[in-house]
Amino acid sequence: MENKNKVLLKVENAGISINDKSLVKGVSFEVKQGEIVTLIGPNGSGKSTTAKIALGIYKKIDGKVKTYTNKIGYVPQKISIDWTLPVRVSDFMTLTEELTQDQINIALNLTGVEHLKNKSLSNLSGGEFQRVLIARAISKQPELLVLDEPVQGVDFKGEIALYELIKKISDKMKCGILLISHDLHVVMSATDYVLCLNGHVCCSGTPHNVVKDSKYKELFGDRASNILSLYEHKHDHTHSQDGTIDQK
Amino acid sequence: MLDDFFIRALLAGIGIALITGPIGCFVIWRRLSFFAGTLAHSALLGVTMALVFELNIAFSVFLISAVLAIFLLQLQTKTNLPNDALLGLLAHSSLAIGLVIIGFLTTIRFDVMGLLFGDILAVSQSDLLLIWGGGVLILIILKIIWKPLFASTINYDLAKAEGMNPDRYNAIFTILMAAIIAISIKIVGLLLITGMLIIPAALARNISNNPIQMALLSTIGGLLSILIGLFSSLEFNTASGPSIITAALLLFLISLIKTKKFSELKK
Repeated sequence: MENKNKVLLKVENAGISINDKSLVKGVSFEVKQGEIVTLIGPNGSGKSTTAKIALGIYKKIDGKVKTYTNKIGYVPQKISIDWTLPVRVSDFMTLTEELTQDQINIALNLTGVEHLKNKSLSNLSGGEFQRVLIARAISKQPELLVLDEPVQGVDFKGEIALYELIKKISDKMKCGILLISHDLHVVMSATDYVLCLNGHVCCSGTPHNVVKDSKYKELFGDRASNILSLYEHKHDHTHSQDGTIDQK
Repeated sequence: MLDDFFIRALLAGIGIALITGPIGCFVIWRRLSFFAGTLAHSALLGVTMALVFELNIAFSVFLISAVLAIFLLQLQTKTNLPNDALLGLLAHSSLAIGLVIIGFLTTIRFDVMGLLFGDILAVSQSDLLLIWGGGVLILIILKIIWKPLFASTINYDLAKAEGMNPDRYNAIFTILMAAIIAISIKIVGLLLITGMLIIPAALARNISNNPIQMALLSTIGGLLSILIGLFSSLEFNTASGPSIITAALLLFLISLIKTKKFSELKK
């Protein structure tokens, strides 16, 4: 956490209640340049709600949210494009930003869907659509990326590649990322800071500290705390297809 | 054969089609067909108010439509009733209030049919000025707000998160719709303006694959409906407003055949 980079997003004691029912409350965190902050928690624990609070989507919230950039890319959890809207992938890419054809191609290429450029959005599969959503969010070279379950519906191999891409983007473009993910493996291996939500912040800190927290164990069970041990050892080698070890 | 009144009718119709083409696409995309109908119904109240207070009809209709739109937004925050129920409530009650007030106006002869179906053959030069002046203004505003409005139409959260201010553009669009109904009420009437907003856009959707193309085809469809409708009303001596909508419907049916063949070709 010794990160001297610029703060992009600051959430202070934020929450929201709808019809007097609190959805989430007392959430505080910061996202800095080049940092990945992850929200984890069971279904209905307020992860997406917290992301929307941070993005200023709700009109009335408790607490304070400040963003220090207006270059924001967002991958929402659920988005449905009605058939009545004739939108091709290339139209969708320029939804909130003017882009050159080159920029569109590069972004689509990064997420592996360049061939879908002229296809209609309503004809895409779930995984393809998710890749287009990510491509759109990164194509505008945002300073802050908010990714709500960005790889849902993507096949296993693609999932790993996309998470690697996200990590690479945060390193290379120096943007801050607020990530919501169910995949504890990914969260624990690639994240700088974790918030464990269940209507409020149960525990938070570096992945290393969070897995040791008793509240984390309560929420996710004992097996989840062993996850980190998988990543504790340093990978100094890779395996070839036949299983032999390639030294780096 | 082409008299002055017919030329004026053509010019008025063309003006209306140019506006309703692209705006109608947004009506369809945003699922506002019923909302457009509700605004049109409330126009009767607007016309009555104009008669009572001796206001300009277009101005009065615009005012009532705008008040109704704001009232609808208020209702939405007060109750969880679905939108179509609220719209139905507003449409029929504003129509009813309009008719009740007409009942009190014993001194004024009132042509309800003219209001329902319009009278495109009775267009005056000042009407033309209103349609073309207002129309150009509406289209310029639409051109300026196209991008943020389209983003808000695709997804509210996405537009809001990425700084497009969807609330503002949704409100501007509502005002544009009220303005269209205000300037076209006299020409196509309140029952038919909804048709001009929806049918050309619907037929365009069948044969287009991107938003700009759909807006263009919708405009072309609207223009063809006006031309076919007006000339056939002259030829067969039918009511001009309904003839225009009938022509639009025929074009819509043709667009259905086209899509079937088109998708077969793609296979």
